[in-house]
Amino acid sequence: MIELAPIPPEALAVEAHALRKEFVRKDRRHGRRRVAALADVSLEVARGECVAILGQNGSGKSTLVRLLSTLLLPDGGSASVFGYDVVRRDKAVRRLVNRVSVEASFFKKMSPSENLHYAARFYGMTPSETGVRIPEILARVGFPPDRRTEPMENLSRGMQQKVALARALLTSPVLLLLDEPTTGLDPRSKLEVQEFIREMRAVHDSTILLCTHDLGEAESLAGRVGILDRGELLALEPAADLKARYGAASLEEAFFAATGRGFSDEEDELDAEERKVLA
Amino acid sequence: MRAAALSLRHELIGLAGVVERNVYLTRRYIYWDLAFFVWTVANTLTIVFIAKGIEAGGGQIDVERATTTLLIGAVVWAYLGIIFEFLTETVAWERWEGTIEYTFMAPLSRAMHLGGSGVFAVLYGLVRAILLFIVVAAFFGLAFDEANFAAALVILVVASVSFFGIGMMTAVLPLISPEKGAQLGFVAQGMLLVVSGVYYPVDVLPDWMQWLAKISPATYALDGIRAAILDGASLGSLWHDIWPLLVIGAASIPLGLGIFNRGEIYAKRHGKLKRSG
Repeated sequence: MIELAPIPPEALAVEAHALRKEFVRKDRRHGRRRVAALADVSLEVARGECVAILGQNGSGKSTLVRLLSTLLLPDGGSASVFGYDVVRRDKAVRRLVNRVSVEASFFKKMSPSENLHYAARFYGMTPSETGVRIPEILARVGFPPDRRTEPMENLSRGMQQKVALARALLTSPVLLLLDEPTTGLDPRSKLEVQEFIREMRAVHDSTILLCTHDLGEAESLAGRVGILDRGELLALEPAADLKARYGAASLEEAFFAATGRGFSDEEDELDAEERKVLA
Repeated sequence: MRAAALSLRHELIGLAGVVERNVYLTRRYIYWDLAFFVWTVANTLTIVFIAKGIEAGGGQIDVERATTTLLIGAVVWAYLGIIFEFLTETVAWERWEGTIEYTFMAPLSRAMHLGGSGVFAVLYGLVRAILLFIVVAAFFGLAFDEANFAAALVILVVASVSFFGIGMMTAVLPLISPEKGAQLGFVAQGMLLVVSGVYYPVDVLPDWMQWLAKISPATYALDGIRAAILDGASLGSLWHDIWPLLVIGAASIPLGLGIFNRGEIYAKRHGKLKRSG
C-alpha cells in the first residue's frame, strides 16, 4: 500500500511565487551567459482542478513540470505542492506527484509488466500488491493482455504511452503532471489518452497540470488555460475569458494576440533564449 | 516508531526493486553477458600466461605460485570492474533509456537506490569472479591443496563494502558529464588497482604510491585473498587485512553517498538529469 504524505485540507495543489529557473549557455557569439527558462512565474492551482499551460517549444513548460516534480532546483522564488515546498520537503512532494511526458521512457528490453513492477517498488508496493494491481491498471488503460510480456521496443508509441499512463496511475498521484502526453499519437490513441485524463480527474480526484501544444485538448480538458511564452506566464484563466480578453474567436487567435506570434510558428529555441539573455 | 518501520519497509522494497530490475535486464542480455565473459577469460589468460613466459625466458620463479598470484589479481580486477560498471550504470543506463527522471522523482532515498545496484553488483560479481577463477585455474591445471577458499570469499565480501562506497563516487560522474562520465569509472578502477599490487608486490612501487596503497581497499583484499588461497591462511590470521577493510568500508559508504548527493544537487541545479541520447 502506498503511503502518501498527509495533505493539509486548506493547501493548494500547486502554489508558485516568482518561480525562476536559469541555465548557463555557452556559444561563440555570446560566450558564457545565463538565460531564463522560467522568469518569475506565479500561479495557483486548486485541488481537483485541471489547468492547461500552452506554449511553444522552449517556452518553459517542461522546466515548470521538472521544478514541480523535484527534478530541478529553482534559482529564485518558491513552489509548493499541497503545502510541501518542492526543495525543502522534496520527499513528501514525490509521494504526491507523478508525471507523464512526451517520451514514454522505459527500459526497452523489459516488458510493460516488468517496467511497471520496477516503478511500483520505488513507491513501496510489494510483489503481492503489484501482482494484482498491474493487470487491473493495464486493463483500465486498454492495454491488450496478450502483449504484457513483450519487450517495450516491440510496441507502438500509442501502446507505450498507455503503459506510461498506467505507471502514473499505479502510484495513485494526487497531482498528475502531464507534459505533452498526446504529442505524436495517432487520433485514436490521442482520444483514449484524453479520456483517461478525464477519468483520473473524475474518479480519482487528481489535480492535473497539463502542458500541451494542442489547443483543442487544452480547451476541452482544462478549467483554466495559461499562456507561457519565453518563460513568462502571460495569462491564466478559463478559455472563454482568455478569448474575451484578447477579443479572439479562437484560442489560437488569443495565443497570437498574447504573444505576437502564431501558435504553429515554431521558434528556434536558441533564438527564444537569446531574447532572454540576462548576463 | 510505526512510521519509521513503515518508512524502512518502503525503502527496502525499493532496494529490492532495483535488484529485481537488474535480474530482468541480465536475463534479457544473457547472451551478451556470456560473450563478455569469454572476453574476460581471454583477457585473464593473457595476464596469467606471463608467469609461464618468464620461466620460458629463463627466469627463476615458482610458476604455479606466480600463476595463481596473477590469476587472483586478474579476478579481483574483473570483480572490481563489475562493481564499478553496475554502479556507474545506475545513472548512465537510466539516462540512456530515458527513465532517469522517473527514478529520481520517486520517493526512494538515494542510499537505497544505489544500495540496490550495489547488492546486485556484489551478487553478480561474485558469481562471475568464481566462474572466472574456476575456468582459468582449470585451464592451467592449478592445484589448491592448502587453499582456504572460505576465508578468501569472506575477504572479498568485506572488501566489497569499500568497493561499493568508492563505486558510489564514480556513479556520480555520469550525472556531472552525461557524455563522458561513465568512462571515467574505468579511470578510477585503474587508479585503484595500480597502487594496490594487482600483479606485483606493493613494495616495488615508488614511496608515494605505497602511501596510496595503504588507503586502497584493494591492497588488503589482494593481500588477504592471496594469503588465503596460496598459504591457506585462516580468517583469524588475516585480521591485519580485515580491520583496514572494515575501517575503509565504514568511511567510504557515507563519503560516497555524500559525494553522490552533491552531484545530484549539481545536476538538479544545472538541468543535467534530462534524458539524452
